[in-house]
Amino acid sequence: MILYDYILSPDAYKVRLLAALVGVKLELRAVDVHPGREHQSEPLRALNPAGSIPILIDGDLILTESAAMLVYLARRAAAEWLGGDDAVDAARVQQWLAFSRRLTEHLGGARATEMLLEPGDLPAMQRASTIDLRELEAALSERRILGQSHLAADRPTIADIACFPYVALAPDGGVSLDPYPSIRLWMRAIRMLPGFIEMPGIHRLHDLKPEPVSPAMPETV
Amino acid sequence: MTVRHQPMIDEWYPVALASQLPPGGRATQLMGTPVLVVADDPIRVVTDDGRDLPVTLRYGHVWTSLGQPAKQLFDIPEADQPGRRLIEVGVVRVRCSPLRAVENFLDIAHFPFVHTDILGAEPHTEVGKYDVEIREKEDEVWATKVQFYQPQAAKSATGGITTDYMYRVPAPTSSVLYKTCPARPGEWDVITLFVQPLQEDLCDVWPWMALFDDETATTDLIHFQQMIFLQDRSILENQIPRLLPLDPGREIPTRADLTSVAYRRWLKRHQFTYGAQLVAQ
Repeated sequence: MILYDYILSPDAYKVRLLAALVGVKLELRAVDVHPGREHQSEPLRALNPAGSIPILIDGDLILTESAAMLVYLARRAAAEWLGGDDAVDAARVQQWLAFSRRLTEHLGGARATEMLLEPGDLPAMQRASTIDLRELEAALSERRILGQSHLAADRPTIADIACFPYVALAPDGGVSLDPYPSIRLWMRAIRMLPGFIEMPGIHRLHDLKPEPVSPAMPETV
Repeated sequence: MTVRHQPMIDEWYPVALASQLPPGGRATQLMGTPVLVVADDPIRVVTDDGRDLPVTLRYGHVWTSLGQPAKQLFDIPEADQPGRRLIEVGVVRVRCSPLRAVENFLDIAHFPFVHTDILGAEPHTEVGKYDVEIREKEDEVWATKVQFYQPQAAKSATGGITTDYMYRVPAPTSSVLYKTCPARPGEWDVITLFVQPLQEDLCDVWPWMALFDDETATTDLIHFQQMIFLQDRSILENQIPRLLPLDPGREIPTRADLTSVAYRRWLKRHQFTYGAQLVAQ
Protein backbone atom coordinates (compact mmCIF):
# COMPACT_ATOMS: atom_id res chain seq x y z
CA MET A 1 0.00 0.00 0.00
CA ILE A 2 1.41 3.37 -1.04
CA LEU A 3 0.57 6.55 0.86
CA TYR A 4 1.32 9.93 -0.69
CA ASP A 5 2.23 11.61 2.53
CA TYR A 6 3.16 14.91 4.11
CA ILE A 7 4.73 14.98 7.57
CA LEU A 8 2.71 18.05 8.62
CA SER A 9 -0.66 16.88 7.21
CA PRO A 10 -3.08 15.76 9.95
CA ASP A 11 -5.15 13.87 7.35
CA ALA A 12 -2.07 11.90 6.27
CA TYR A 13 -1.16 11.33 9.93
CA LYS A 14 -4.59 9.74 10.55
CA VAL A 15 -3.73 7.07 8.02
CA ARG A 16 -0.19 6.56 9.32
CA LEU A 17 -1.54 6.38 12.87
CA LEU A 18 -4.20 3.76 12.16
CA ALA A 19 -1.74 1.76 10.06
CA ALA A 20 0.67 1.74 13.00
CA LEU A 21 -2.07 0.78 15.47
CA VAL A 22 -3.33 -2.14 13.37
CA GLY A 23 0.08 -3.24 12.08
CA VAL A 24 -0.21 -2.43 8.38
CA LYS A 25 3.01 -1.48 6.59
CA LEU A 26 2.70 1.57 4.35
CA GLU A 27 5.11 2.61 1.64
CA LEU A 28 5.40 6.37 2.14
CA ARG A 29 5.93 8.82 -0.73
CA ALA A 30 6.79 12.26 0.62
CA VAL A 31 5.05 15.11 -1.22
CA ASP A 32 6.54 18.63 -1.06
CA VAL A 33 3.32 20.39 -0.02
CA HIS A 34 4.95 23.36 1.69
CA PRO A 35 6.69 25.28 0.24
CA GLY A 36 6.73 23.35 -3.07
CA ARG A 37 2.93 22.89 -3.63
CA GLU A 38 3.71 19.55 -5.30
CA HIS A 39 0.24 18.21 -4.36
CA GLN A 40 -1.19 20.53 -6.99
CA SER A 41 1.27 19.44 -9.69
CA GLU A 42 0.11 17.64 -12.85
CA PRO A 43 1.31 14.13 -11.86
CA LEU A 44 -0.48 14.26 -8.51
CA ARG A 45 -3.61 15.85 -9.95
CA ALA A 46 -3.74 12.91 -12.34
CA LEU A 47 -4.09 10.69 -9.25
CA ASN A 48 -6.32 13.07 -7.31
CA PRO A 49 -8.10 15.81 -9.26
CA ALA A 50 -8.89 17.58 -5.98
CA GLY A 51 -5.16 18.26 -5.53
CA SER A 52 -5.20 17.21 -1.87
CA ILE A 53 -3.03 14.98 0.31
CA PRO A 54 -3.10 12.11 1.34
CA ILE A 55 -3.65 9.63 -1.50
CA LEU A 56 -3.69 5.88 -0.78
CA ILE A 57 -3.03 3.40 -3.55
CA ASP A 58 -3.43 -0.35 -3.26
CA GLY A 59 -3.33 -2.11 -6.62
CA ASP A 60 -6.12 -0.62 -8.73
CA LEU A 61 -7.69 1.14 -5.76
CA ILE A 62 -7.05 4.88 -5.44
CA LEU A 63 -8.46 6.61 -2.36
CA THR A 64 -8.32 10.37 -1.83
CA GLU A 65 -10.51 10.76 1.27
CA SER A 66 -8.86 9.96 4.58
CA ALA A 67 -12.10 8.59 6.10
CA ALA A 68 -12.31 6.04 3.30
CA MET A 69 -8.67 5.11 3.91
CA LEU A 70 -9.42 4.46 7.58
CA VAL A 71 -12.34 2.20 6.63
CA TYR A 72 -10.15 0.35 4.16
CA LEU A 73 -7.27 -0.22 6.60
CA ALA A 74 -9.60 -1.34 9.37
CA ARG A 75 -11.57 -3.69 7.12
CA ARG A 76 -8.35 -5.19 5.78
CA ALA A 77 -6.47 -5.62 9.06
CA ALA A 78 -8.52 -5.12 12.20
CA ALA A 79 -12.31 -5.01 11.79
CA GLU A 80 -12.87 -4.22 15.48
CA TRP A 81 -11.76 -0.68 14.66
CA LEU A 82 -14.94 -0.26 12.58
CA GLY A 83 -17.09 -0.27 15.74
CA GLY A 84 -20.25 -2.25 16.45
CA ASP A 85 -22.55 -3.79 13.86
CA ASP A 86 -25.92 -2.59 15.06
CA ALA A 87 -27.67 0.36 13.46
CA VAL A 88 -26.85 2.88 16.18
CA ASP A 89 -23.15 2.06 16.45
CA ALA A 90 -22.61 1.92 12.69
CA ALA A 91 -24.38 5.24 12.21
CA ARG A 92 -22.46 6.82 15.06
CA VAL A 93 -19.14 5.95 13.43
CA GLN A 94 -20.35 7.47 10.15
CA GLN A 95 -21.56 10.57 11.99
CA TRP A 96 -18.08 11.20 13.41
CA LEU A 97 -16.32 10.42 10.14
CA ALA A 98 -18.48 13.10 8.50
CA PHE A 99 -17.94 15.42 11.47
CA SER A 100 -14.19 15.09 10.98
CA ARG A 101 -14.57 16.93 7.65
CA ARG A 102 -15.74 19.95 9.63
CA LEU A 103 -12.62 19.70 11.76
CA THR A 104 -10.46 19.62 8.63
CA GLU A 105 -12.21 22.67 7.28
CA HIS A 106 -12.30 24.75 10.46
CA LEU A 107 -9.42 23.69 12.74
CA GLY A 108 -7.31 22.63 9.76
CA GLY A 109 -8.04 25.91 7.99
CA ALA A 110 -7.14 27.94 11.06
CA ARG A 111 -3.89 25.99 11.42
CA ALA A 112 -2.89 26.42 7.76
CA THR A 113 -3.61 30.14 7.94
CA GLU A 114 -1.99 30.79 11.30
CA MET A 115 1.05 28.57 10.88
CA LEU A 116 1.80 28.20 7.17
CA LEU A 117 0.36 31.57 6.05
CA GLU A 118 -2.25 30.09 3.69
CA PRO A 119 -5.00 32.56 2.76
CA GLY A 120 -8.17 32.32 4.87
CA ASP A 121 -10.53 34.10 7.27
CA LEU A 122 -8.81 33.17 10.53
CA PRO A 123 -11.34 34.60 13.04
CA ALA A 124 -14.26 32.96 11.20
CA MET A 125 -12.48 29.57 11.16
CA GLN A 126 -11.57 29.91 14.84
CA ARG A 127 -15.21 30.68 15.74
CA ALA A 128 -16.42 27.67 13.75
CA SER A 129 -13.73 25.54 15.44
CA THR A 130 -15.04 26.52 18.86
CA ILE A 131 -18.55 25.33 17.93
CA ASP A 132 -17.08 22.01 16.72
CA LEU A 133 -15.03 21.56 19.90
CA ARG A 134 -18.02 22.29 22.14
CA GLU A 135 -20.04 19.64 20.31
CA LEU A 136 -17.20 17.14 20.69
CA GLU A 137 -16.73 18.02 24.37
CA ALA A 138 -20.45 17.50 25.07
CA ALA A 139 -20.45 14.13 23.31
CA LEU A 140 -17.32 12.92 25.09
CA SER A 141 -18.63 14.09 28.48
CA GLU A 142 -21.78 12.07 27.89
CA ARG A 143 -19.72 9.01 26.94
CA ARG A 144 -17.68 9.43 30.11
CA ILE A 145 -20.80 9.50 32.27
CA LEU A 146 -21.72 6.20 30.60
CA GLY A 147 -18.30 4.90 31.60
CA GLN A 148 -16.76 4.97 28.10
CA SER A 149 -13.63 6.72 26.92
CA HIS A 150 -14.17 6.77 23.18
CA LEU A 151 -16.53 8.34 20.68
CA ALA A 152 -18.48 5.51 19.11
CA ALA A 153 -18.00 2.30 21.05
CA ASP A 154 -16.55 0.89 24.26
CA ARG A 155 -13.20 0.76 22.49
CA PRO A 156 -11.30 3.04 20.10
CA THR A 157 -12.60 3.07 16.54
CA ILE A 158 -11.82 4.84 13.29
CA ALA A 159 -14.17 7.60 14.53
CA ASP A 160 -11.63 8.53 17.20
CA ILE A 161 -8.72 8.37 14.78
CA ALA A 162 -10.58 10.56 12.25
CA CYS A 163 -11.23 13.31 14.82
CA PHE A 164 -8.09 13.14 16.95
CA PRO A 165 -5.37 14.86 14.86
CA TYR A 166 -7.02 18.19 14.05
CA VAL A 167 -8.33 18.45 17.61
CA ALA A 168 -4.93 17.74 19.14
CA LEU A 169 -3.35 20.36 16.86
CA ALA A 170 -5.98 23.03 17.62
CA PRO A 171 -3.39 25.25 19.41
CA ASP A 172 -1.44 25.43 16.11
CA GLY A 173 -4.38 27.45 14.79
CA GLY A 174 -4.61 29.65 17.87
CA VAL A 175 -7.49 27.65 19.39
CA SER A 176 -6.94 26.65 23.03
CA LEU A 177 -7.97 23.25 24.38
CA ASP A 178 -7.93 24.47 27.99
CA PRO A 179 -11.76 24.71 28.26
CA TYR A 180 -12.34 21.06 27.27
CA PRO A 181 -11.44 18.51 30.00
CA SER A 182 -13.23 15.58 28.36
CA ILE A 183 -11.42 16.21 25.08
CA ARG A 184 -8.09 16.26 26.92
CA LEU A 185 -8.80 12.96 28.68
CA TRP A 186 -9.90 11.42 25.37
CA MET A 187 -6.68 12.59 23.70
CA ARG A 188 -4.70 11.05 26.51
CA ALA A 189 -6.54 7.73 26.03
CA ILE A 190 -5.61 7.77 22.34
CA ARG A 191 -1.99 8.63 23.06
CA MET A 192 -1.88 5.66 25.48
CA LEU A 193 -2.80 3.13 22.77
CA PRO A 194 -0.13 0.47 22.15
CA GLY A 195 1.68 1.31 18.91
CA PHE A 196 0.74 5.01 19.01
CA ILE A 197 2.95 7.19 16.83
CA GLU A 198 3.39 10.97 17.06
CA MET A 199 3.50 13.78 14.54
CA PRO A 200 5.10 17.22 14.92
CA GLY A 201 2.93 19.11 17.42
CA ILE A 202 1.50 15.92 18.97
CA HIS A 203 3.93 14.61 21.53
CA ARG A 204 4.10 11.12 22.95
CA LEU A 205 3.16 10.43 26.55
CA HIS A 206 6.63 10.20 28.13
CA ASP A 207 5.90 13.43 29.99
CA LEU A 208 3.00 11.76 31.75
CA LYS A 209 4.53 8.63 33.21
CA PRO A 210 3.23 7.99 36.72
CA GLU A 211 5.27 9.33 39.62
CA PRO A 212 7.44 6.62 41.12
CA VAL A 213 6.08 5.48 44.48
CA SER A 214 8.63 4.83 47.17
CA PRO A 215 7.81 2.02 49.62
CA ALA A 216 9.41 4.10 52.37
CA MET A 217 7.02 6.95 51.70
CA PRO A 218 3.59 5.71 50.65
CA GLU A 219 1.45 8.07 48.59
CA THR A 220 -1.02 8.51 51.40
CA VAL A 221 1.48 10.19 53.71
CA MET B 1 8.66 52.41 16.90
CA THR B 2 10.73 53.80 19.68
CA VAL B 3 14.33 54.88 19.27
CA ARG B 4 15.45 52.28 21.77
CA HIS B 5 15.11 49.65 19.03
CA GLN B 6 17.41 51.54 16.62
CA PRO B 7 20.27 49.00 16.83
CA MET B 8 17.93 46.22 15.67
CA ILE B 9 16.27 48.47 13.07
CA ASP B 10 19.69 48.78 11.42
CA GLU B 11 20.09 44.99 11.00
CA TRP B 12 19.22 42.72 8.02
CA TYR B 13 16.18 40.42 8.12
CA PRO B 14 14.70 37.79 5.76
CA VAL B 15 11.30 38.74 4.33
CA ALA B 16 10.69 36.19 1.55
CA LEU B 17 12.04 33.18 -0.33
CA ALA B 18 13.20 34.60 -3.67
CA SER B 19 12.13 31.43 -5.51
CA GLN B 20 8.63 31.45 -4.00
CA LEU B 21 7.75 35.11 -4.46
CA PRO B 22 4.23 35.30 -5.96
CA PRO B 23 3.71 37.65 -8.98
CA GLY B 24 1.71 40.02 -6.76
CA GLY B 25 4.56 40.20 -4.26
CA ARG B 26 4.52 39.35 -0.57
CA ALA B 27 2.81 41.75 1.81
CA THR B 28 4.37 41.26 5.21
CA GLN B 29 5.74 43.27 8.10
CA LEU B 30 9.04 43.89 9.78
CA MET B 31 9.17 44.96 13.42
CA GLY B 32 5.59 46.18 13.20
CA THR B 33 6.10 48.12 9.96
CA PRO B 34 4.15 46.87 6.92
CA VAL B 35 6.39 46.17 3.92
CA LEU B 36 5.76 44.79 0.45
CA VAL B 37 8.28 42.51 -1.26
CA VAL B 38 7.79 43.43 -4.93
CA ALA B 39 8.40 40.76 -7.58
CA ASP B 40 10.22 43.15 -9.95
CA ASP B 41 13.55 42.42 -11.56
CA PRO B 42 15.48 43.16 -9.44
CA ILE B 43 13.30 42.38 -6.40
CA ARG B 44 12.39 45.47 -4.33
CA VAL B 45 11.11 45.94 -0.80
CA VAL B 46 8.96 49.03 -0.18
CA THR B 47 7.14 50.51 2.79
CA ASP B 48 3.54 51.79 2.79
CA ASP B 49 4.77 55.36 2.36
CA GLY B 50 6.69 54.39 -0.76
CA ARG B 51 10.19 54.20 0.72
CA ASP B 52 12.54 51.74 -1.03
CA LEU B 53 14.44 49.68 1.53
CA PRO B 54 17.90 48.19 0.99
CA VAL B 55 17.75 44.67 -0.51
CA THR B 56 20.19 41.77 -0.47
CA LEU B 57 19.53 38.40 -2.13
CA ARG B 58 21.44 35.68 -0.31
CA TYR B 59 20.95 32.11 0.91
CA GLY B 60 17.76 31.83 -1.18
CA HIS B 61 16.06 34.62 0.73
CA VAL B 62 15.26 38.28 0.21
CA TRP B 63 16.85 40.33 3.02
CA THR B 64 16.03 43.90 3.92
CA SER B 65 16.41 46.46 6.69
CA LEU B 66 14.24 49.30 7.94
CA GLY B 67 17.33 51.30 8.84
CA GLN B 68 20.85 51.73 7.57
CA PRO B 69 22.88 48.56 8.06
CA ALA B 70 26.46 49.36 9.02
CA LYS B 71 27.65 46.02 7.63
CA GLN B 72 26.81 43.74 4.74
CA LEU B 73 24.76 40.64 5.51
CA PHE B 74 26.86 38.11 7.44
CA ASP B 75 28.83 35.61 5.38
CA ILE B 76 28.31 31.85 5.37
CA PRO B 77 31.31 30.69 3.30
CA GLU B 78 29.93 27.13 3.08
CA ALA B 79 27.02 28.42 1.00
CA ASP B 80 29.40 28.79 -1.96
CA GLN B 81 31.21 25.48 -1.47
CA PRO B 82 30.81 23.19 -4.50
CA GLY B 83 28.86 19.98 -3.94
CA ARG B 84 26.53 21.28 -1.27
CA ARG B 85 22.78 21.11 -1.75
CA LEU B 86 21.00 24.29 -0.77
CA ILE B 87 17.59 23.49 0.72
CA GLU B 88 14.81 26.06 1.10
CA VAL B 89 12.53 24.81 3.86
CA GLY B 90 9.81 27.49 3.63
CA VAL B 91 8.16 29.68 6.23
CA VAL B 92 6.50 28.83 9.55
CA ARG B 93 4.79 31.47 11.69
CA VAL B 94 5.32 31.25 15.44
CA ARG B 95 3.65 33.28 18.20
CA CYS B 96 6.83 33.87 20.13
CA SER B 97 9.56 36.45 20.51
CA PRO B 98 12.00 36.29 17.56
CA LEU B 99 14.80 36.15 20.13
CA ARG B 100 13.19 33.13 21.82
CA ALA B 101 13.07 31.34 18.46
CA VAL B 102 16.83 31.79 18.09
CA GLU B 103 17.56 30.87 21.69
CA ASN B 104 15.62 27.61 21.38
CA PHE B 105 17.67 26.79 18.28
CA LEU B 106 20.84 27.18 20.37
CA ASP B 107 19.65 24.77 23.04
CA ILE B 108 20.69 21.12 23.08
CA ALA B 109 19.24 19.98 26.39
CA HIS B 110 15.67 19.74 25.05
CA PHE B 111 16.54 17.25 22.28
CA PRO B 112 15.66 14.01 24.14
CA PHE B 113 12.35 15.41 25.35
CA VAL B 114 11.06 17.33 22.33
CA HIS B 115 12.78 15.52 19.44
CA THR B 116 12.59 12.09 21.05
CA ASP B 117 14.32 9.26 19.16
CA ILE B 118 15.50 11.69 16.48
CA LEU B 119 17.88 14.32 17.89
CA GLY B 120 18.05 12.76 21.33
CA ALA B 121 16.78 9.92 23.47
CA GLU B 122 16.42 9.11 27.12
CA PRO B 123 18.51 8.24 29.10
CA HIS B 124 21.21 10.03 27.05
CA THR B 125 20.21 13.44 28.35
CA GLU B 126 23.46 14.87 29.67
CA VAL B 127 24.92 17.86 27.88
CA GLY B 128 28.69 17.64 28.20
CA LYS B 129 30.97 20.59 28.81
CA TYR B 130 31.44 22.81 25.76
CA ASP B 131 33.10 26.13 24.93
CA VAL B 132 31.28 29.44 24.44
CA GLU B 133 32.73 32.78 23.46
CA ILE B 134 31.77 36.14 22.06
CA ARG B 135 34.30 36.58 19.26
CA GLU B 136 35.30 40.20 19.39
CA LYS B 137 36.71 40.54 15.86
CA GLU B 138 33.71 38.99 14.14
CA ASP B 139 31.32 40.28 16.82
CA GLU B 140 29.52 36.93 16.89
CA VAL B 141 28.50 34.40 19.54
CA TRP B 142 30.11 30.97 19.04
CA ALA B 143 29.63 27.67 20.87
CA THR B 144 32.11 24.93 19.97
CA LYS B 145 33.03 21.38 21.03
CA VAL B 146 29.37 20.57 21.60
CA GLN B 147 28.71 16.82 21.55
CA PHE B 148 25.47 14.94 21.87
CA TYR B 149 24.28 11.38 21.35
CA GLN B 150 21.62 11.23 18.66
CA PRO B 151 19.52 8.29 17.44
CA GLN B 152 18.93 9.87 13.99
CA ALA B 153 21.00 13.02 13.65
CA ALA B 154 20.13 13.71 10.02
CA LYS B 155 18.03 12.31 7.24
CA SER B 156 21.17 10.60 5.90
CA ALA B 157 22.05 9.00 9.27
CA THR B 158 21.15 5.33 9.57
CA GLY B 159 21.80 4.74 13.24
CA GLY B 160 22.71 6.44 16.49
CA ILE B 161 25.89 8.54 16.49
CA THR B 162 27.58 11.04 18.74
CA THR B 163 27.16 14.26 16.82
CA ASP B 164 29.52 17.24 17.00
CA TYR B 165 27.98 20.67 16.86
CA MET B 166 29.05 24.28 16.54
CA TYR B 167 26.63 27.14 16.95
CA ARG B 168 27.07 30.64 15.65
CA VAL B 169 24.96 33.79 16.07
CA PRO B 170 26.05 36.38 13.50
CA ALA B 171 22.95 38.61 13.76
CA PRO B 172 20.32 39.12 16.45
CA THR B 173 17.67 36.92 14.83
CA SER B 174 19.80 34.56 12.72
CA SER B 175 21.73 31.50 13.79
CA VAL B 176 23.95 29.07 11.92
CA LEU B 177 24.45 25.52 13.14
CA TYR B 178 27.33 23.31 12.01
CA LYS B 179 26.97 19.61 12.68
CA THR B 180 28.66 16.32 11.85
CA CYS B 181 27.98 15.42 8.25
CA PRO B 182 27.18 11.67 8.15
CA ALA B 183 27.69 11.51 4.38
CA ARG B 184 31.08 13.26 4.36
CA PRO B 185 33.17 12.93 7.53
CA GLY B 186 35.46 15.93 8.00
CA GLU B 187 32.92 18.40 6.62
CA TRP B 188 30.15 20.17 8.50
CA ASP B 189 26.51 20.24 7.48
CA VAL B 190 25.12 23.77 7.73
CA ILE B 191 21.61 24.35 9.07
CA THR B 192 20.38 27.87 9.63
CA LEU B 193 17.46 29.56 11.28
CA PHE B 194 16.62 32.94 9.76
CA VAL B 195 13.96 34.71 11.80
CA GLN B 196 11.84 37.60 10.52
CA PRO B 197 10.61 39.66 13.48
CA LEU B 198 7.01 40.65 12.72
CA GLN B 199 6.24 41.95 16.21
CA GLU B 200 7.94 41.58 19.56
CA ASP B 201 6.02 38.34 20.17
CA LEU B 202 5.39 37.13 16.63
CA CYS B 203 7.80 35.93 13.96
CA ASP B 204 8.10 34.16 10.64
CA VAL B 205 10.84 31.54 10.71
CA TRP B 206 12.73 30.56 7.55
CA PRO B 207 14.98 27.53 8.06
CA TRP B 208 17.59 26.94 5.34
CA MET B 209 20.28 24.29 4.85
CA ALA B 210 23.52 23.69 2.93
CA LEU B 211 24.21 19.96 3.08
CA PHE B 212 26.45 17.29 1.64
CA ASP B 213 23.93 14.56 0.83
CA ASP B 214 23.75 13.09 -2.66
CA GLU B 215 21.15 10.46 -1.87
CA THR B 216 18.23 11.84 0.08
CA ALA B 217 15.38 13.36 -1.95
CA THR B 218 14.98 17.13 -1.48
CA THR B 219 11.43 16.66 -0.24
CA ASP B 220 12.64 14.29 2.48
CA LEU B 221 15.28 16.81 3.58
CA ILE B 222 12.66 19.58 3.77
CA HIS B 223 10.29 17.36 5.72
CA PHE B 224 12.97 16.29 8.19
CA GLN B 225 13.66 19.93 9.03
CA GLN B 226 9.95 20.84 9.13
CA MET B 227 9.31 17.92 11.47
CA ILE B 228 12.04 19.11 13.84
CA PHE B 229 10.93 22.73 13.77
CA LEU B 230 7.23 21.94 14.21
CA GLN B 231 8.11 19.88 17.29
CA ASP B 232 9.70 23.05 18.67
CA ARG B 233 6.83 25.34 17.71
CA SER B 234 4.33 24.20 20.31
CA ILE B 235 7.00 24.60 23.00
CA LEU B 236 7.96 28.08 21.80
CA GLU B 237 4.36 29.28 21.84
CA ASN B 238 4.02 28.29 25.49
CA GLN B 239 7.16 29.86 26.93
CA ILE B 240 6.67 32.35 29.76
CA PRO B 241 7.44 35.22 29.86
CA ARG B 242 6.77 35.70 26.16
CA LEU B 243 9.62 38.19 25.79
CA LEU B 244 13.18 37.00 26.33
CA PRO B 245 14.46 38.16 29.73
CA LEU B 246 17.86 39.83 29.42
CA ASP B 247 18.29 40.63 33.10
CA PRO B 248 19.01 37.89 35.60
CA GLY B 249 16.34 37.17 38.16
CA ARG B 250 13.54 35.56 36.22
CA GLU B 251 15.30 32.43 35.03
CA ILE B 252 18.13 30.38 36.49
CA PRO B 253 20.50 29.05 33.82
CA THR B 254 22.49 25.82 34.21
CA ARG B 255 25.82 24.87 32.66
CA ALA B 256 24.02 23.47 29.61
CA ASP B 257 22.62 26.97 28.97
CA LEU B 258 26.00 28.68 28.45
CA THR B 259 25.23 29.48 24.81
CA SER B 260 21.99 31.13 25.82
CA VAL B 261 23.74 33.12 28.52
CA ALA B 262 26.29 34.41 25.99
CA TYR B 263 23.56 35.16 23.44
CA ARG B 264 21.58 37.19 25.98
CA ARG B 265 24.71 39.02 27.10
CA TRP B 266 25.60 39.84 23.48
CA LEU B 267 22.05 41.05 22.78
CA LYS B 268 22.18 43.31 25.80
CA ARG B 269 25.62 44.65 24.92
CA HIS B 270 24.32 45.76 21.50
CA GLN B 271 20.92 46.90 22.78
CA PHE B 272 19.27 44.30 20.53
CA THR B 273 16.11 44.45 22.63
CA TYR B 274 13.19 44.05 20.21
CA GLY B 275 11.46 40.97 21.65
CA ALA B 276 13.34 41.20 24.95
CA GLN B 277 12.27 41.95 28.50
CA LEU B 278 14.73 44.28 30.14
CA VAL B 279 13.75 44.50 33.77
CA ALA B 280 13.17 41.32 35.74
CA GLN B 281 9.58 41.23 36.95
